[in-house]
Amino acid sequence: MAASLDISGDFPILARQVNGQPLTYLDSAATTQKPQAVIDAIRHYYERRNANVHRAAHALAEEATAAMEDARAKVAALVGAGDARELIFTRGATEGINLVAAGLTDRLGPGDEVLITELEHHSNIVPWQMLCQRSGAALVACRVTATGEIDLSDFHAKLRPRTKLVAIGHVSNALGTVNPVAALIEAAHAQGALALIDGAQAVQHLDVDVGRLGCDFYAFSAHKLFGPTGIGALYGRAALLEELPPYQGGGEMIEHVSIERTIYNQPPYKFEAGTPNIAGAVGFGAAADYLAGLPRQALRDREAALVSQAVSRLKQIPGLRMVGEPRERVSVVSFLVDGGHPHDFGTLLDQQGIAVRTGHHCAMPLMERLGVPGTIRASFALYNSPADVERLVAGVEKAIEFV
Amino acid sequence: MALEEIREAFSFFDGWEDKYRFVIDLGKDLPQLDDARRTPANLVRGCQSQVWLLTERLGGRMRFAIDSDAQIVRGLIAIILTVFQDRTPDEIRAFDIEGLFAELELIKHLTPTRGNGLRAMVARIHQEAERASLD
Repeated sequence: MAASLDISGDFPILARQVNGQPLTYLDSAATTQKPQAVIDAIRHYYERRNANVHRAAHALAEEATAAMEDARAKVAALVGAGDARELIFTRGATEGINLVAAGLTDRLGPGDEVLITELEHHSNIVPWQMLCQRSGAALVACRVTATGEIDLSDFHAKLRPRTKLVAIGHVSNALGTVNPVAALIEAAHAQGALALIDGAQAVQHLDVDVGRLGCDFYAFSAHKLFGPTGIGALYGRAALLEELPPYQGGGEMIEHVSIERTIYNQPPYKFEAGTPNIAGAVGFGAAADYLAGLPRQALRDREAALVSQAVSRLKQIPGLRMVGEPRERVSVVSFLVDGGHPHDFGTLLDQQGIAVRTGHHCAMPLMERLGVPGTIRASFALYNSPADVERLVAGVEKAIEFV
Repeated sequence: MALEEIREAFSFFDGWEDKYRFVIDLGKDLPQLDDARRTPANLVRGCQSQVWLLTERLGGRMRFAIDSDAQIVRGLIAIILTVFQDRTPDEIRAFDIEGLFAELELIKHLTPTRGNGLRAMVARIHQEAERASLD
């Protein structure tokens, strides 16, 4: 059974060597590697179909447009968006969040609040700080417990009528915590607040259904789910996308322009000014296809077993301590070793061909809350194996001899 | 330790383990800065590790006190100090530190992607040397 679930052969880069050692890639929370099918789809697009979209009557333009809209439908289906018009292509989760923050500027004012948590990635903090500076609203952060979970009583205490928006990560990039977003969205709506979910770390590891979650916005990136960099998507509820003002002005996003005024195009095009990342969208669609063709539940069970294996094996190492021990987690294991700086471990593991991330993981408020300067983070994806975990454990043990 | 001794040691290394053990040992001999001098003003920020740098001028020469929270970075600082410590601003500016790190096969620690504060530290030392040579 284990052999049939080994998909690492689909990912050409995993066969290469690093520093003279076979690559053990444990940095998928930063970006996942790409399967051959995605690489081929992008190449095929440029070799056979490249043209600008939605603009011309010629055959290539029609094929390129069809390819991009086909990709939109696939990505929409991947996250359970019923209507592909609710799916805006962006540069990534970060741009999706910035798009919403820009669009809400006129809806917020002094006395209003935006509620986030201490667990967030900077991408789900800074755009809201900027929105608050523009609008006069205040940014409020819900506390995180020592185990790395949202403090639910603090969340409910800070969610109040003046809260206009709740913005929460579905899965923590630094600790792997899976947040109970469905319940938090419901609570936000009960107070009349909008709810945005930063799904950058979630879609690869969970079955996401935006309809069932009931969120107003859901932002995610292709490159964290086997697709190319530079493209992502923002799901937005249709009625809200109608109401929100455009994000940027330019071509594509208009229906009619005179020098005096412009009539905007319908969503999602209203939010997609300029020639889009067509090849990226095609690659994103191919990644959605690739995921849809996998025995995903079996692979996720296997990935969850890897995370458990990593936690229990690492905990046996003297002087090693876990940072964050959430009850519900996917993919990520964060830890520290007494007397060793994370950066030293990152370098010494790299010498052994093991790629992990070290540092604050773009979550400085969380690091401050947990009282650590940063962590060593190993993050797993569907292509990792039990042997990768053992190489990590052996690599850490070896690095400890040095420091 | 002088640069020539470091060069000689590196020429005998057989693989990464010898090399990094040596670098870490060099770091252990580097004097630490006390908390009073690990101030935000002296901090050279890095994404993954931090470096604190103090400069003073003694006659026509420059004296540095440098520390980091990461062991390997401390060792690399020790190597850098063999060519920068107690030198004139012109000597510091003329020395090809990237060439040395390339020769020792440590250049990846000076590339922009590492975010370890070392590159920013070298840039700060060059700025200080430039300012000193203008005075």
